[in-house]
Amino acid sequence: MKIEFTLNGKPVDVDLSPNLRLIDVLREHFGLRSLKEGCGEGECGVCTILMDDRAVTSCIIPLGMVQGRKIETLESIRETHNFKIIRKAFEKTGAVQCGFCTPGMVVATEALMRKRNKPTRKEIIEAISGNLCRCTGYHMIIEGIEEAVQKREGI
Amino acid sequence: MKEAYLPETLQEALQVRKDQKVLPIAGGTDLMIQHRREGGVAPAFEYPLLFLHKLKELKKIEQHTDQIIIGAGVLLSQLIEEQPVPELLRKTVRQMAAVTTRNVATIGGNICNASPAGDTLPFLYATEAVVLLQSLEGSRHLLIQDFITGPGKTALKEDELLVEIRIPYKEFKVAYYRKVGTRKALALSKISFAGLANFENGYLSDLRMAVGAVAPTVVRSREAEKQLIGLTVEEMKGKMQFVREIYSELIKPIDDARSTAGYRKAVSLDLLEWFVREEVCRGG
Repeated sequence: MKIEFTLNGKPVDVDLSPNLRLIDVLREHFGLRSLKEGCGEGECGVCTILMDDRAVTSCIIPLGMVQGRKIETLESIRETHNFKIIRKAFEKTGAVQCGFCTPGMVVATEALMRKRNKPTRKEIIEAISGNLCRCTGYHMIIEGIEEAVQKREGI
Repeated sequence: MKEAYLPETLQEALQVRKDQKVLPIAGGTDLMIQHRREGGVAPAFEYPLLFLHKLKELKKIEQHTDQIIIGAGVLLSQLIEEQPVPELLRKTVRQMAAVTTRNVATIGGNICNASPAGDTLPFLYATEAVVLLQSLEGSRHLLIQDFITGPGKTALKEDELLVEIRIPYKEFKVAYYRKVGTRKALALSKISFAGLANFENGYLSDLRMAVGAVAPTVVRSREAEKQLIGLTVEEMKGKMQFVREIYSELIKPIDDARSTAGYRKAVSLDLLEWFVREEVCRGG
């Protein structure tokens, strides 16, 4: 079945089963490897992408659901102005330990920064509630996001 | 036979429903996991999928004088972000899953999945919400407790779609929701409780107590509620044992991966008593 959508700013179409998981299509068909499969049931957040500017887990989204929609992965998010700020902030606060959750955390942070100008600490915690970090580095990640939000404001 | 259908309008979707057996899919956050296979392989569904996400007819949120109408395709995230949504529903949804799931999951999906632990259900039972079901032949209304018939089972016919949820509009002095789960985010409920109450001239004038995840469907006892309505705060305190006994008959929990039957029963009865003693009595 032909499915058309916007992927990282470019219109694309694929002729694949609409039941396929979006994560498999993005990784295998488009070669986008920033997203990974962790739990495979929408609970760990390492396959997080943006769909129409909202953070979603691509392992539980069937391909048919992206028909006509805007999909963004870290491959394009890393070109945004926000990302430069997020990267510096994450480096400064030590928000990256083993790094496995980091792509998902960055995508969730980008979604939050698009939605809210000055998110509160509570909103930050809620924004990454779907992203697990098994190094238990949440405090540094939350500080990193707070730092990123403040730095952006200063510009 | 087509692999899937991607209708643009409700009319087209209902035509597909009439013509053949399909599996309607809204956000897919339950269906994709229930049917998943190993990574790289498409989940196996018994019937072609009928994607509902493009139907604008299912996206409305409207305030009327006597009710609030919420489209079945409204995202859980939109229930938090947009107006007019009853505050207690907003509070309930905020404790469901995580942001990433709420960004695709819909209220219609939570209802039609008919999980005993569906977290929007206690609220909908307590407010006596009505669901609107539509087919090409016409439409019908059902009270939520008549729509949900068992775990994973609803009264939805094969040619119908759930179109909207109608929540009677009423102000409640006491509006309470409590979820008992293992952690703050991404927890499936061990117990999910919604309670509403009103007072007039010092007497309890309305009371609704709905408990989820402790029986095949949400438990609400009109009998117990009626026993308390019309009483003063002091009089209510003497009725607690009676309320516990009635609900004790109706609460039939199971042991599963999340909790035990014994825990669920003990805590849900304590929660009911706590709701009446602390929340309702303080409200009066």
